[in-house]
Amino acid sequence: MTTTAVRKPPTGVGVRGRWLHPVAWWLWALGLATAASRTTNPALLILIVVVAGTVVAARRPQAPWSRSFGVFLRLGLIIVAIRVVFQVVFGLPQGTTVLVTLPTVDLPDWLAGVRLGGSITAESLVFALYDGLRLATVLACLGAASSLASPYRLLKAMPAALYEVGVSVVVALSFAPALVTDLQRVRTARRLRGRPTSGIRGLTGSAMPVFSGALDRSIALAAAMDSRGYGRMADLSPRDRRITAALVLGGLLGTCLGLYVLLDGSIAAPAGLPVFLLGLAAALLGLLRGGRRNTRTRYRPDPWRTPEWITAASGCAAAAAAVVQGIVDPSALNPAVTPMTWPQVPIIAVVGTLIALLPAWLTPEPPGIVRSGSASDTSTTSPETGVAV
Amino acid sequence: MIDFDDVTFRYQPGGQAVLDRVDLHLDEGELCLVVGETGSGKSTLLRAINGLVPHFTGGELSGRVTVAGRNTRDFPPRELADVVGVVLQDPMSGFVTDMVEDELAYGMESLGLPRDAMRKRVEETLDLMGLAELRNRPLLSLSGGQRQRVAIGSVLTAHPQVIVLDEPTSALDPGAAEEVLAALQRLVHDLGMTVVLAEHRLERVVQYADRVVVLESSGTPDTGTPAAMMALSPVAPPVVQLGRLAGWSPLPVSVRDARRLARNLRADLARVAPAPDSLARPGAAAQPESQLPPAAVPAPRTGLLRRRASRAATRAETRPAPVLQCRRVTLSYGPVPALVDASLQLQAGSVVALMGRNGAGKSTLLKAAVGLLKPVTGEVRVAGHDPAGLRGVDLLRQVGFVPQEPADVLCEDSVRAECRAADTDSRLAAGTTAALLAEISPEVSLDAHPGDLSEGQRLSLVLALMLAPAPPLLLLDEPTRGLDYGSKARLVTVLRRLAHAGTAVLMATHDVELVAEVADRVVILADGEVVADGPTREIVTASPIFAPQVAKIMAPEPWLTVDDVAAAMAVAQ
Repeated sequence: MTTTAVRKPPTGVGVRGRWLHPVAWWLWALGLATAASRTTNPALLILIVVVAGTVVAARRPQAPWSRSFGVFLRLGLIIVAIRVVFQVVFGLPQGTTVLVTLPTVDLPDWLAGVRLGGSITAESLVFALYDGLRLATVLACLGAASSLASPYRLLKAMPAALYEVGVSVVVALSFAPALVTDLQRVRTARRLRGRPTSGIRGLTGSAMPVFSGALDRSIALAAAMDSRGYGRMADLSPRDRRITAALVLGGLLGTCLGLYVLLDGSIAAPAGLPVFLLGLAAALLGLLRGGRRNTRTRYRPDPWRTPEWITAASGCAAAAAAVVQGIVDPSALNPAVTPMTWPQVPIIAVVGTLIALLPAWLTPEPPGIVRSGSASDTSTTSPETGVAV
Repeated sequence: MIDFDDVTFRYQPGGQAVLDRVDLHLDEGELCLVVGETGSGKSTLLRAINGLVPHFTGGELSGRVTVAGRNTRDFPPRELADVVGVVLQDPMSGFVTDMVEDELAYGMESLGLPRDAMRKRVEETLDLMGLAELRNRPLLSLSGGQRQRVAIGSVLTAHPQVIVLDEPTSALDPGAAEEVLAALQRLVHDLGMTVVLAEHRLERVVQYADRVVVLESSGTPDTGTPAAMMALSPVAPPVVQLGRLAGWSPLPVSVRDARRLARNLRADLARVAPAPDSLARPGAAAQPESQLPPAAVPAPRTGLLRRRASRAATRAETRPAPVLQCRRVTLSYGPVPALVDASLQLQAGSVVALMGRNGAGKSTLLKAAVGLLKPVTGEVRVAGHDPAGLRGVDLLRQVGFVPQEPADVLCEDSVRAECRAADTDSRLAAGTTAALLAEISPEVSLDAHPGDLSEGQRLSLVLALMLAPAPPLLLLDEPTRGLDYGSKARLVTVLRRLAHAGTAVLMATHDVELVAEVADRVVILADGEVVADGPTREIVTASPIFAPQVAKIMAPEPWLTVDDVAAAMAVAQ
């Protein structure tokens, strides 16, 4: 479903590959996203999307969740469009190149700061476009991570204390495709009874059966998980639990605050670092303590080897290059719109971003998936949610 | 190993007892089959074994359930996970992870087993269940039989002493069902595991059972050896019915036993055996109406049969063309071909069964016939129309479709509202659908919520909804999945009457006994291609997988059903 080329499936039974550690993929993607958040240069932003897309195309496993990149790309386009529309309707004009002048709506005094309509300049449109593109690119990076790293494997890499929270997230994730399948099934059924399948009536008629189906399934899943030992716990005292909770929550809060200060260029960075580190330490301590309650073990945890280091480092390189570029030559990162100029090529950032392309070759392929035995006879595998073969 | 001592269970305090003073004691290494009609408490009994009843469902349980010495009152399901493994009805809805290997390990991870033990057990289980080649596959890409084997494997890795399965083969084609049952038998024989399973398709499992528990709707079970229980049971597979008919003792429960006992019967009947092609199938239009159960056919003032018959007659006169015509239909889901050059014709009044593995393209062909999928090449015509172009009432008047999950097409909150909606949808006089439902299944209350009906009643309701506008073509996808024998018998009656009245019926099914009862033609699909198309007898006797039990017992004589044999015995005397 993505716009990128689909890798030819390996032939033969049981072609072995290896899953790259999901955390490595997320570090890589976050690095790219950081680079994207630092710039409004469309050339660099598009390059970042292309790099992310290339790696996804090369290393995407064939699983339902690995199609999310395309979804995120589409979401990004919508965001760009919304940003531009908002600029047209509400934005204050920048620059002098007036394209159109819309009628202005007079607003009451208490809305003095808001403006509706008025003249639209090329500069403000370009500005909005760049701004929307930046957000879309950040989204594309996150989409790349979620289609490269299996949510299930990420769950395995989670600290034991967060396991139960993680399970609910993963179950929720697996719910979406099932909901789509259900919706299709119900709409099909409505057609069979000669009812409308689209429009308001079609939607309201489908909602009930879809939700009751989802409810039934979640109850079945909960029963199955309970029967298989989910939630077996070691006993801990209530006092222990309270300390753990306080550590985790306080720590996470500190981490977020610190991170915000660090990333936001306007506040002095030195103040952020200690808060961040302190918060992180508290959170980790809390998680470690919390993990003692959990008696789970892990089957074949993903190892962290050279490819993981390369992947994580290449993402960090992209982020670092963008930061360095910002120090050396900030104008290339944020091309001026008033007056409009052609964006320059921010050479350092481009090189950094290109480094993030390395995982496309330097990582192991995901385990090969051979042609499926079932096509579509069973209700759970539809062409939309089933695995591409 | 499993002990029920005077167990009574109610979902609501003071409500009706689902289990009523159940005393049941199962030994190690037993394969126990739980039999009963829908609603007799089979699932409740199974879930009580690992404490899902009452810990998960709520309700009131008195008496004591002990498994491997642990009282389920004190141990919730998760604390019993190391002694009882439970595989619920739809394996897919119980999967927690997305890959085969991870799914196998999930239970062990919860139990906190050390890593190297897990590695070893996963490898053992992959071999035991024949899953080694599937280890890296996503669960979504597996076929029904493979999923069921993964589900069983995933509870096996915890090395439980008891395995509980709810209808493990009902969704599977005959081959996949054999696969699963063979695996279960190996567990019982090689590892001494106790297996408890509920299944409607007795003909598939009863010969493997060491013990049979029959649950009556009163909630009190009878237990005994398969032969003893089958002699009493109101529901029985064809092999047992044949044994009763011929008066064999001890009553055979497997085809092997029956075949040995049938030597004389075969010899006696050989002289009255007709030439294979002269034997009319029960569903064929030649059948006289007097053979229909009279109770189920009130004078059709609502005119189902009469209207149908007259319609069929006019159709036959003015338009001799087939009701359904598929010409070289090719269809694919993405790169996967689902149908390849499939051609099929259905005449009015014929009942055709579509068989083949899970994923062979049966459902796809049905969907193409009702216009849900448009063929890439080739064409589909239903009574001369392209079904993909039909909407609303035009579609309803041409083709009725009963999906695999009949509940999908139900959306109102009472049976009465469903019937009324169907009248409006197909522009019929008010009450037509309700009258038809009363004809098909008189005991369904119009005030009931569709969700509270049994599987069989729900199927009747959907049949009534689809048949109300009297379409010339009826399509059914796996109609007998989850049906008990009573509901199945009623379905057979309805289908025969429809065929007699001139409706063409096309059904995708794995149920060879149903096919033997009603179909006059069988089409076998494999990988989207039609590999066989011919009279039922010819096709089903050609392969042991598709042969009904009676055919296996009576071969080389040509009978397929107990009724056939009974008729032949009457002639012989």
